[in-house]
Amino acid sequence: MSTTTPPTPGTNGAHPVVKSAGRVVDFVDQRITASNWLKRNMRKVFPDHWSFLLGEIALYSFILLLLSGVFLTLWFKPSMAHVYYDGAYVPMRGILISEAYASTLDLSFEVRGGLLMRQVHHWSTLVFLAAMSVHMLRIFFTGAFRKPRELNWLIGVLLLVLGVANGFTGYSLPDDLLSGTGLRIIEGGVLAVPVVGTYLSYFIFGGEYPGEDIISRLYPIHILLVPGLILALVVAHLMMIWYQKHTHWGGAGKTDENVVGYPFFPIYVAKAGGFNFIVFGFIFLMAATIQVNPLWFWGPYDPSQVTAGTQPDWYVGFLDGALRVMPPWELDIFGYNLTLSVLIPALVLPGLILVPLALYPWLEQKVTGDTREHHVLDRPRNVPVRTGLGVAFIVFYILLWIAGGNDFFATVLNMPVNWISRFLQFSIILMPPLAFWITKRICLGLQRRDRDKVLHGRETGTIMVSPSGEFTERHAPLSVGEAYALTAHERREPIEPGPATDPNGIPNPAYKRERRQARLSRFYFGDVVQKPTREELEHTHHDGHGEITEGDTRDQSAAGDHIASGQQ
Amino acid sequence: MSTPNNEEMSGEATSAVQARDSHVPVDHPEQTGEVERRSTSADPIPDPGFHDPGPRYTDVEPKAAKRAERQIAGMFILASVFIVASIAAYIYFGIDGDEATGNIGEVQASNFALGITLGMAFLLIGVGAVQWSRALMTSPEIVEKRKPLRSQDDVREDTLASFNTGTEETGFGRRTMIRNSLLGALALLPLPAIVLLRDLGPLPGDTKENTVWAEGVRLLTDVTYQPITPEQMELGQLVNVMPATYRDLPEHGPDRLNERAKSPVMLIRMLPEEILAAEGRDNWHVDGIIAYSKICTHVGCPISLYERTTHHMLCPCHQSTFDLADNGKVIFGPATRPLPQLPLAVDSEGYLVAQSDFTEPVGPSYWERGTR
Amino acid sequence: MSRSSSGRGGRWLSRVLSTRRRHPLAAVAVLLVALFACGSAYAALSPSTVPAAVSQTAQSTQVEEGRQLFAIGCASCHGLGGEGLVREDGTVIGPSLVGVGAASVDFQVGTGRMPMAAPAAQAPRKPVAYDDEQIAALAAFVASLAPGPEIPDDAMLDTSADTVDIARGGLLFRTNCAQCHNTTGQGGALTYGQEAPNLTGVEAKHIYEAMRTGPQAMPVFNDELLTPEDKLDIIAYLENVESQPDPGGLGIGRAGPVSEGLWAWLVGIGGLIAFAAWIVTRSASARSSS
Repeated sequence: MSTTTPPTPGTNGAHPVVKSAGRVVDFVDQRITASNWLKRNMRKVFPDHWSFLLGEIALYSFILLLLSGVFLTLWFKPSMAHVYYDGAYVPMRGILISEAYASTLDLSFEVRGGLLMRQVHHWSTLVFLAAMSVHMLRIFFTGAFRKPRELNWLIGVLLLVLGVANGFTGYSLPDDLLSGTGLRIIEGGVLAVPVVGTYLSYFIFGGEYPGEDIISRLYPIHILLVPGLILALVVAHLMMIWYQKHTHWGGAGKTDENVVGYPFFPIYVAKAGGFNFIVFGFIFLMAATIQVNPLWFWGPYDPSQVTAGTQPDWYVGFLDGALRVMPPWELDIFGYNLTLSVLIPALVLPGLILVPLALYPWLEQKVTGDTREHHVLDRPRNVPVRTGLGVAFIVFYILLWIAGGNDFFATVLNMPVNWISRFLQFSIILMPPLAFWITKRICLGLQRRDRDKVLHGRETGTIMVSPSGEFTERHAPLSVGEAYALTAHERREPIEPGPATDPNGIPNPAYKRERRQARLSRFYFGDVVQKPTREELEHTHHDGHGEITEGDTRDQSAAGDHIASGQQ
Repeated sequence: MSTPNNEEMSGEATSAVQARDSHVPVDHPEQTGEVERRSTSADPIPDPGFHDPGPRYTDVEPKAAKRAERQIAGMFILASVFIVASIAAYIYFGIDGDEATGNIGEVQASNFALGITLGMAFLLIGVGAVQWSRALMTSPEIVEKRKPLRSQDDVREDTLASFNTGTEETGFGRRTMIRNSLLGALALLPLPAIVLLRDLGPLPGDTKENTVWAEGVRLLTDVTYQPITPEQMELGQLVNVMPATYRDLPEHGPDRLNERAKSPVMLIRMLPEEILAAEGRDNWHVDGIIAYSKICTHVGCPISLYERTTHHMLCPCHQSTFDLADNGKVIFGPATRPLPQLPLAVDSEGYLVAQSDFTEPVGPSYWERGTR
Repeated sequence: MSRSSSGRGGRWLSRVLSTRRRHPLAAVAVLLVALFACGSAYAALSPSTVPAAVSQTAQSTQVEEGRQLFAIGCASCHGLGGEGLVREDGTVIGPSLVGVGAASVDFQVGTGRMPMAAPAAQAPRKPVAYDDEQIAALAAFVASLAPGPEIPDDAMLDTSADTVDIARGGLLFRTNCAQCHNTTGQGGALTYGQEAPNLTGVEAKHIYEAMRTGPQAMPVFNDELLTPEDKLDIIAYLENVESQPDPGGLGIGRAGPVSEGLWAWLVGIGGLIAFAAWIVTRSASARSSS
């Protein structure tokens, strides 16, 4: 078990499995020089941290989406031609419904495992988009988008947009009452496009809304075009990660010039492969036990019917929420209609969110003027402004999300829906800046605590009384490893603009730009709490507060920790 | 326990175990390119170097390793059992159902059994594989050096030179006529792609302005399609209504669906004195019986959430609220325009009919609509 | 939420019963059961089936009993004669009950909405304050004020009748009711604190009465434009949907995407992150560093 030799091609006397693996490698190698590549990549290092697996959740749920989706296509009929339903679901028998809806009912109720696969497909969509979102937040808050990873950030933003688009097209396919209502709202959004909106709507729907074309048009987009694009971008995303090597958290021995972790083969093959199966299994268990989108209850789509509690899936919720809280503004442009109350939430807002999001790596680079490569992650507290901006965005998004379910929350909280809407209209403007300010304060507080820890050690809560009657709290020493981890980040000072004029009194042409950058830089780093300098540390040492244990103590404390965990 | 293949790893990765044993910081390679050493002069604490956490329980205790091995193999075996069980579940839980009552209960059993067995099989394989790597695989944490991603300067220069040579050879800069005509042709290329999409749908024409409502068209109850007399309407009544002309449309094809997206009407009755008819609308209601379009003017959800006591009409999609006693005026929410009202009359046989089509387009605003 | 886990036995019974529906003797059996039911109802002298000869005196005592109950429990808002009370500034304390009929009383009192505990945007459902006989007496009294909608008799509520068309009921429900009560009858929010209540567990009689009389803000769906057959179909559809198990597992409120999103985040992402956290932990370390 413990003495397995690596699968070198043509090893004699090795285990049969190893030998046959060796033969495969040999075969491939003689055709495409595989050993060269494998030698360089088999032991590729991947750092271990739970937050590095969020993207993997997205990847595996996407694979599951492809597999379960193919299963569904075998039965689903993307047609809006109407048929009299005569299937297994009694309360729908004898009603004229579209083939799309009928075939969805059929594959749910008359194909064994059909309902399971539909639920797997729907749950993995919800998990896929949620995983992409948290993955993206992780990248943002740790600064993993910085050079050289800006392109991968951009690909990630595109993937998120495509994921949402594909989720929405899929939601529309079964032609149930909720999906049809969703399309109706999209049509309202398209109509709000200035000048060409009406034409666009007639082209998209093949004439008047709803027509009989939209589902057969969305179908190839949902099963071929967008998934194909996602797949291609996922491949590019992964190749880039592979080539640039993964980031890691700062700490002892971890620098911008190395990567510390476990080898791809065998550890990460087992861990990542295993996690793939875990994600599959987990989503299957959800699909077995939690019902999702029971569209037989919603009924077939009829443009004259609607249900209380009409909501989109969670990832479109923020847009629906924006539509709900938007004030009723409309402009008259020379006798033409500009419906701001639809145009702003449906088209302007996504742009206002996506463009800064996509460009953020470059925006931050402009502020910091930092063009170096970064491979050690930032602890969110060490970049308080970025963290604050991120939290402000999350608050903004969540408020819109709540707005998207305002009627749901009205019934749950037993409050008038009108109050909730009014409250949200104000909060959406006021809360994000507040969240920014609070988060920044918290970050600065945490930084100050880190600094104190490095200077004075960890507070133990033990109060000592000196012979002279003085009370002091005993501080436990910090190990070198811990202390280093708290000080491993860079010292970031705001940029100062150059002089307005050179010594000869000639105005500096770049002065205005420099001053602007300096102002932004001060905004970012002006009140950052700096880690102690060596002098400060030595100074406290001499005061008798020196609280970093050298050498062996570190090993002892580390070993102590392990004993504790070993006993569990 | 250190693996024998450390030496074979070539210079790419060094074993962290060595770093631990020798207590020396991992050496930083000399960097070229843009990767700079982070400033160390002001750093309070020097990098103590990578610290290996030492062997695991299963590395030093053969019994524990054996136990872990049995545990992991057990998971894989159990996964096989679940896979077989899933096939059994597929066969056992048929969903052929019953002609009269359907098969919902059977679908529930089948879904649950199939899902649990397959889910557990996947999960056990996954957990087993991960546990294998956590407890038994002997690879230590290792340190790999990064190379700067920027190409070396001489390579960059060579590439640039080759590129310049190539460009020079094409004469792209000099032969401006070729260049500009090519760019022109390429710029035109997207046009056919757009033009080819033209036949996706017809032009709107005035279809958005008209419905099948017209003078003398009877109001029919939706679903049951009965004509309505004023006497049948009780105070506080709500009736969802379609025009009689709707039934002339073919049952199959998009016409009925399209008409359902703009013609539905809600018919209500309130006290005549409660109605604050706008100018010119005094005779649009029949004795307090009044009709409004069901299609929301915001983004087109069909609405008929009518509150008898307040005369409010709420849209369940985005909570636009209209006052039906006051000409369908917007009193809350994002809708910008009142609900279009359908003028009513009574025909010679005593049934409710429309005086005309709607006097304005129904449904969401659009560019050509203006703000009338 | 526990819909799927409970009532397995009941579902089995209903399945057995409904699978036998096409049995050659089923019609005979149903007929016998129906006759027996009618007979028992007759024997029990339920007010609606009292023979005309006896009813005159019985009814007048019932009305009298109702008047007394009304004076104690309802007159403070609705006036002694049910004529309604209005404050000087014109706000209504309690609306007039003249002509609302027995159906209205049976619904409002039978579901506990009346008497109201405190003024509110809307009278909520709560435990019923009167017993069946007292409700019948109150209804008889209010019905005696002026003719109005009557309480539907059992034959009008027999959802197992052959003429009942569940699918048509669904169509009618989605056209006339789902906009406020949701396609699965879960209810929903209305304006300024009012709401359309959840319909699960509501008696067929009360659903019928609500459609007929339009309680609170609900509009009226009278018998001429939504016939008793239409109403019966709607009730049958609701009963069917309510009795159905959730084939996909937990129903999570049958409330659609909002609760699904919450589950995807809390259970889905939450659970998978827990797994991720486990994956990156090291197996237990040895006691001593050798």
